[in-house]
Amino acid sequence: MSWSSLIPATSFMPIQATEIAKEVDLLYAFLIISSLVSFVILIGGMTWFLIKFKRTSLDQKSAYITHNNFAEFLWSFIPLVIMMGIFYWGMVIFEKLRTPPEDIAAEIHVTGEQWAWTYRYANGKEFYSSANEPMIVPAGKATKLILTSKDVIHSFYVPAFRTKQDAVPGKLTQLWFEPKQPGEYIVFCTEYCGTKHSGMMIKIKAIPSEEYAAWYHAEKKGADTPADLGKVLFAQKGCAGCHSIDGTRVVGPTMKGLFESERKFTDGSKTKADENYLRESILVSTAKIVETYSPVMPPFQGQLSDVEVANLIEYIKSIK
Amino acid sequence: MSSAHTKTEHGHTDHNYLNHGSGIWSWMTTLDHKRIGLMYFATVATLFLIGGFFALGIRLHLAKFGAEPLLDPDTYNKFMTFHGAIMVFMVIIPGIPAFLGNFVLPIQLGAKDVAFPRLNLASYYIFIAGAAIAASSMIFNQVDTGWTFYTPYSTAKTGNGVILLVLGAFTMGFSSILTGLNFIVTTHKLRAPGMTMDRIPLMIWALYSTSIIQILATPILAITLLLIGAEKTLGVGIFDPDLGGDPVLFQHFFWFYSHPAVYIMILPAMGVISELITAFSKKTIFGYRAIAYSSVAIAAVSFLVWGHHMFVSGQSTLAGIIFSIITMFVGVPTAIKLFNWISTMYRGTVTFEAPMLFALGFMFLFTIGGLTGVFLASTGMDVHFHDTYFVVAHFHYVMVGGTLMALMGGIYYWFPKMFGRMTSDLGGRISWVLIFTGFNVTFFPQFVLGAMGMPRRYFDYLPEYTNLNQISTVGSWLIGLGFLVGLITIIHGIFKGEKASDNPWGAKTLEWQTSSPPPHENFINTPTVTAGPYDFR
Repeated sequence: MSWSSLIPATSFMPIQATEIAKEVDLLYAFLIISSLVSFVILIGGMTWFLIKFKRTSLDQKSAYITHNNFAEFLWSFIPLVIMMGIFYWGMVIFEKLRTPPEDIAAEIHVTGEQWAWTYRYANGKEFYSSANEPMIVPAGKATKLILTSKDVIHSFYVPAFRTKQDAVPGKLTQLWFEPKQPGEYIVFCTEYCGTKHSGMMIKIKAIPSEEYAAWYHAEKKGADTPADLGKVLFAQKGCAGCHSIDGTRVVGPTMKGLFESERKFTDGSKTKADENYLRESILVSTAKIVETYSPVMPPFQGQLSDVEVANLIEYIKSIK
Repeated sequence: MSSAHTKTEHGHTDHNYLNHGSGIWSWMTTLDHKRIGLMYFATVATLFLIGGFFALGIRLHLAKFGAEPLLDPDTYNKFMTFHGAIMVFMVIIPGIPAFLGNFVLPIQLGAKDVAFPRLNLASYYIFIAGAAIAASSMIFNQVDTGWTFYTPYSTAKTGNGVILLVLGAFTMGFSSILTGLNFIVTTHKLRAPGMTMDRIPLMIWALYSTSIIQILATPILAITLLLIGAEKTLGVGIFDPDLGGDPVLFQHFFWFYSHPAVYIMILPAMGVISELITAFSKKTIFGYRAIAYSSVAIAAVSFLVWGHHMFVSGQSTLAGIIFSIITMFVGVPTAIKLFNWISTMYRGTVTFEAPMLFALGFMFLFTIGGLTGVFLASTGMDVHFHDTYFVVAHFHYVMVGGTLMALMGGIYYWFPKMFGRMTSDLGGRISWVLIFTGFNVTFFPQFVLGAMGMPRRYFDYLPEYTNLNQISTVGSWLIGLGFLVGLITIIHGIFKGEKASDNPWGAKTLEWQTSSPPPHENFINTPTVTAGPYDFR
């Protein structure tokens, strides 16, 4: 219960299924109030002038006022200050929405296509979505989604979590959320994607985390985990010829402890090795060359499917 | 204007631009900016009716009154695409500059015509050619991308009709660039003696700022659209990830034009409002310089905010934050304008003829549109609202509530000058009440739908969104009826309206100092200007 629940407009918002949803709604309530106040000042002022200065006879004279520096300064400066405040408040929430916490309980690869989503868990469980195959996640714990698309741009929107992220083909984007309570939450596609765009819906089902653990470890749908499949692929594609998995220096950088380590490149730039970096390094291997190495790796663009790339990434992530 | 302007002793039966040459051919080959303006009027009005038909179809479908959906999904998506493409590229962008601007700009400057009359006529035919090419996409092939043509849907997953629509928009872009060029040169070179840059009417300042955006931003759209064509026909691989391209790059290109284009749509409307408020308050505009310079400021900042369409596209968090703060800056010159217009009414003597009602309607609706824009500029808030009905409501409040209200107000205001006759004030007022009411009934519920989470471009939706969608649809009929009444009022005015005097509103700008309708070259003797444009002393 807070002052924001006094604003009827906030009642139109979907249920607040996450902590961030509450924060978003607080900003929303503030925006509604400040908009109402601004509206009353502007349109109320206008209406008052219209009534007060309505022309009543033909020979009436208007005042001759060209400008007023003080008033003009005030009505430029005050809106500026208010808007900077709104900017800052929005930025604080945005950074929370975009920065997953350290401890992620579930990490799911989500791939959009016309007009369905596929979700693959780290242990190989894989689901081709439809309304009756919800995405199972733990309640009270953080879930991270790694999004991409097979064909056109889709967007993963969970109104109850107040979050949304485009799934772009040829790129990995991410989204995280932490549903407070067990329950079912609807997911819309919000990037127009063709005929059945509005039918591309799934549900996220949050279940108590002990139940989730039991479900997660119960019989698998796929034969092997993505990391297992990635390991096979790593051998098949000859990656081991240049990349060690035990820290030894060979032609290319070792895979050991690579994920989330800081990489320095020959052009002096740095980045943290996240999924997108791994993906790029596999597909367009000469894009970023790690310091002290040479650009000798062939690009794998067009030779690996998205799923294969995801499997390789999962394998590399597992080499700690 | 309290200037030593020329009094014309011309009556209405005398020679004027409407009877200067007769027959269809004299219109089709005319170099007179006033006639070209009216040809744009007829063209844009026709296109508006077509775009409006698609809008009513969309709304009727979404009301779900019957058990069966009215449209199938593919037809719905085409309706949605044509409604957007026609209204944006063929109605709102050319509406005020090409039609009202063409008619008014040279007269307000005291010029005989625009700087390049032949180029002006060519611009019109280029526009017609572009509109025809775009329209042919409707007949020949499936176009269902929405007016934004996002890749790779447009390049890899839908029919080749897109190429025609894109080619049409490309062609119309040239018309826009050439008109902008013409206006800039006219403003600089053809002002009447004594008309310094701080004595030009605010309508001209608005058109001038718009023209700058048109000539700088439109080429970018043109290139982007060409790239879509190249991608689709030749597979060059700029946007298609399968070919090594980047689909988000398209969005950067597209919004780098299309965000400034939003100001191509709204700045001229602000110009019209500045004219109407001062004329119907019978008072000098408050803060002339602030309004003029804020137009230029909006034009400048408009180039730096395109990324606010892409907060959830996968662009970096930092980029989102930077675009958010720059977007907030747009709010300041916009607020300045609103405050100035309201202050203009203070201690004025205000009357409420139809054009003024539309100006007040603009203020009301544009204020709501502007304030809800702040919601969307705020990153954390926008993540929830992006691509929902909240956005649909917001930009309709700005573009329809803003631009179309100003366009209607401008038509009623300059109508006596165009045709030498008055429109029925009652007709204008009835159409205003219907449009204004219908507009709010249609679009206000959409803010709520957006907050509830209903995404845009949806053929179908969850049951809990039904009631608000039905209210919205009923509102759309009121708008349709309002424009129908407006159309009848205008046609009646052209043929049966009372004769207009030279200056029926008692306004001060130069176009009211010549006869209604003006002679072929606007003024019998070139006027001399000795004071500012709104000198109601």
